[in-house]
Amino acid sequence: MGLITKSRIKSPWIVHYSCGGCNGCDIEILACLTPLYDVERFGILNMGNPKHADILTVTGPVNHRNYRVLKNLYEQMPDPKVVLAIGACACTGGVFHNCYNVLGGIDKVIPVDVYIPGCAPRPETIIDGVIMALKKLNEKGSKAE
Amino acid sequence: MPRITFPFGPQHPVLPEAIQLQLTCEDEKVVEVTPVIGYMHRGIEKAAEGNPFVNNVFLCERVCGICSFMHALTYCQLIEGLMNINVPPRAKYLRVFWSELSRIHSHMLWIGLLADALGFESLFMQCWRAREVILDVLEMTTGQRVIQSSCVIGGVRRNIDGELAKTVFNLLDEFKKQWDAISPVVQKDYTIRARTEGKGILPKEQAWELGIVGPTLRASGWAHDCRLLGYAAYGELGFQPVVEEGCDSYARTLVRVREVDQSLELAYKALNNLPEGEIAVKVKGFPEGEAAVCVEQPRGELFEYARGNGTPHLERLKIRTPTFANIPALLVMLPGSELADVPVITLSIDPCIACTER
Repeated sequence: MGLITKSRIKSPWIVHYSCGGCNGCDIEILACLTPLYDVERFGILNMGNPKHADILTVTGPVNHRNYRVLKNLYEQMPDPKVVLAIGACACTGGVFHNCYNVLGGIDKVIPVDVYIPGCAPRPETIIDGVIMALKKLNEKGSKAE
Repeated sequence: MPRITFPFGPQHPVLPEAIQLQLTCEDEKVVEVTPVIGYMHRGIEKAAEGNPFVNNVFLCERVCGICSFMHALTYCQLIEGLMNINVPPRAKYLRVFWSELSRIHSHMLWIGLLADALGFESLFMQCWRAREVILDVLEMTTGQRVIQSSCVIGGVRRNIDGELAKTVFNLLDEFKKQWDAISPVVQKDYTIRARTEGKGILPKEQAWELGIVGPTLRASGWAHDCRLLGYAAYGELGFQPVVEEGCDSYARTLVRVREVDQSLELAYKALNNLPEGEIAVKVKGFPEGEAAVCVEQPRGELFEYARGNGTPHLERLKIRTPTFANIPALLVMLPGSELADVPVITLSIDPCIACTER
């Protein structure tokens, strides 16, 4: 493992996009950042800027309006990058699978590395998913070096 | 002075959700605002026509994850009205209890986000820590943290009794202790007052004309609260709406701060006066006819209308959410303000875009 990869997985930065879900997962992601779960102690920071980020967390299903925004965000992120689909909707479309404006899970638009099930997933599950994403980030980073 | 128009959103650090505001500015002054919505539209109303009416409880609950319990409650009351179901009194009190806890967790979340938008990060963290206690109570009593699924047509799914009630009271006391330390800071802190006082004015008459609802309307001096209709057990518990006369962002903050106290009081009252008996009745048959229901959600009045035709599927379901009514307020509040105040003023109506676009 090179120095860059090592430091990258020591402090991964996250950019979050709420695609079109119900907010439940968004507030659980925010709960991860606050004192009870506090992922900042692992160096995980929430960034507003996709160009700063290593991990893209997406909640909610993609729809006809926002899939371009999601694609755009993904393309702006530097390599290596990993994508987390958080919640049942982001994984498959979930309870909204038969809504007319919903395309389905986010894997219809961008490649997904980790699927986190649950409606809404507990913060512990989300943290677990991020740890799995870090393993992938390590593999991708090592390959690039 | 040349005018510049630029987009604020849809992905912006201060907004947890996707909405775009097109701001036209003269130098640093905002002169015109055009909200652009549609990024989160799913089509829940149409999908609800395709699902069996019993399953719609879970779909309606996911209109919004923050006030999910109230959405389920509204839909259940609507169908109960159509089918003439009498909900047992114990279920009504439990519904009030969970509604008020949802209100507390929503307001705490909002106060935290406001503090974050002001750059007051430690207050954000404290609010969210106190909020976790309420989420613990919700998880303990319903099984889930944010989307509870405890309200069903004909009553509720879970009961609170004996040991559980004792633990719940202890946790509520614990929350009260933490909240009593936070609340004076929110009300008196210099930073918060400097950023909110006199900002985003919504005059009293205009608020009524635009059809604004919820804390935003109450902060402009109108005592309008759907809980006064006395649905569930609110009629028996009795309460007075919180009203402020300030019309600015600070008044809107105060309304929410005082509502946390009020909700806590109502939650204690509901749990202390829990009547004995069943928590749910069996539902037979299919909905027929028309009905409309209003429920006070943390952000304001939630209105639902349904038409049934005696089959398992509804003919029409209409959901009007409070943020949909409150977005026009931004067109009054934002022009004339400074660009740096836009995030705080936008946040002061507590926008919930997932609700708005359904």
